[in-house]
Amino acid sequence: MRTIETPGPMPAISVTGLRKSYGSHRVLDGIDLTIPQGTIFSLLGPNGAGKTTTVQILSTLIRADAGEIWVAGHDLAGEPDTVRAAIGVTGQFSAVDHLLTGEENLRLMADLLHLGRSRGGRRIRELLDRFGLTDAARKPVAAYSGGMRRRLDLAMTMVGTPRIIFLDEPTAGLDPRSRRTMWQIVRELVEQDGVTIFLTTQYLEEADELADRIALLSQGELVAEGTPQELKRLVPGGHIVVRFADADGYRRAVPHIGATSRDDAALTAQIPGSGGVKTLKNLLEWLDTQAVDVAELTVHTPDLDDVFLTLTQESSTKEPSR
Amino acid sequence: MRAITDSATMLRRQIKHIWRYPSLILTFAAVPVVFLLLFVYVFGGTMGAGIGGDRTAYVGYLTPGIMITTIAGAAQGTAISVATDMAEGIIARFKTMAIARVSVLTGHVLGAMVQTFIAIAVVTGVAVLIGFRPSASALDWLGVVGALVMFTFAITWLSVALAMVSKSVTTASNLPMPLMILPFLGSGFVPTESMPTGLRWFAEHQPFTSVIETLRALLAGRPAGSSFVEAAVWSAVIALAGYLWARRLYNR
Repeated sequence: MRTIETPGPMPAISVTGLRKSYGSHRVLDGIDLTIPQGTIFSLLGPNGAGKTTTVQILSTLIRADAGEIWVAGHDLAGEPDTVRAAIGVTGQFSAVDHLLTGEENLRLMADLLHLGRSRGGRRIRELLDRFGLTDAARKPVAAYSGGMRRRLDLAMTMVGTPRIIFLDEPTAGLDPRSRRTMWQIVRELVEQDGVTIFLTTQYLEEADELADRIALLSQGELVAEGTPQELKRLVPGGHIVVRFADADGYRRAVPHIGATSRDDAALTAQIPGSGGVKTLKNLLEWLDTQAVDVAELTVHTPDLDDVFLTLTQESSTKEPSR
Repeated sequence: MRAITDSATMLRRQIKHIWRYPSLILTFAAVPVVFLLLFVYVFGGTMGAGIGGDRTAYVGYLTPGIMITTIAGAAQGTAISVATDMAEGIIARFKTMAIARVSVLTGHVLGAMVQTFIAIAVVTGVAVLIGFRPSASALDWLGVVGALVMFTFAITWLSVALAMVSKSVTTASNLPMPLMILPFLGSGFVPTESMPTGLRWFAEHQPFTSVIETLRALLAGRPAGSSFVEAAVWSAVIALAGYLWARRLYNR
């Protein structure tokens, strides 16, 4: 049964029943996706889950075995060149020419996009400035740091003002500071340029930080999809851990606070709950009235790690090993 | 139209690579120069007597063969640089752009031809220094350059295809190696008449010999005749096969 959809703006990417196998190895096994324009979508999954294959198919690099794919309003199989004109790809391994300078790399893009001398020059200066590469513009890329290469990579993608950008693990191998700079740049692309971002990552923190919606890919299937908040609600894992100051208080309190697990030696008890303010307030008030001394109290909210580990584990135990 | 402008852009990329790393041309030129010196000064006396002349006569006989050896050697360099480039992320970027797809390959071919011609010029310069005195007219020289362009074009497309069929850069550097042997198994270094029957038949009918004979005739100021036509046909066949093969591998 299909529900009748209200006519809205066309999604940036829509995928139904995407399949891809290499020989007998099934890499993607029926993927469905809808990504609205101007949002950041993150495809999350462990190594070998099929993330890169998905990006390669959606960006016209390789052909799908089956499935209907629309990118930027065009049928991927029928009009690959129209799709190519609307997208930009920044791959896992920086797609820059290491023998040229940063400026020459951008000029190469401008020439291939037929921007013309003056318009291309303006765009190049603008991008060098925006991505903090003006000082290094005349240096060969071989001398760039990892972070600079990724920024140049993205700048090259931006020369053609694409409407959809595929970022395949854009911060893999970067130091924390460069990673944060990249995140800021990605956010600006969406806010200032209205670009739609399709991001793949292994870093849950990155997806949590950037994505409007996240899909979890495990062994070629989507095991969950939703906003980071929705995904976090999928798995239990929120709890409060109380460590008592003395054995007496511990003995008196534990039977009454709804602890699900306890550690008599360490004098700690774990209380389930997502750590809402009300639960916490009630607990503290009760401990206070009973004059129980608490040495330490920590609140653990479920994070995407819990979701990721739980869901990818479920799907790997569900599936017979191939 | 788009194919021409995009190929020109890709050629500019290759020229910048050559300009920044000119050492590759020296490598291209070094092996044929060593061959030239070795054959002229070590074997030259005997070889010269063999063709009914002296060492200087052998320089004249040998130089066309060395020119073709230069093309075969450069093919190896081309294969290495194409295979290296194909492993780079930037090729994936080019493939996801709305550009003339073949321009990545034509850029490589044209760039490799520029490199090969610089190497041929260096090698010919050394030959002149050690006594090579061509008696070609301006028109003959035009024919020489024409034959070299056709054959370089063909061998370069072939080496691009060989580079793309290789899984690694190491394989890519080895696959065009047999091309280096073909001038020996032709009229590059000695007249085919001196070879045993089977080998002689092969030597007289393989593509390298037709090109070498064309160059040898024109450089000596003689008409090249049917060997020029043969060289042109061979070049066209090899170029077309190499182009179609390379294009299929690239679009895979």
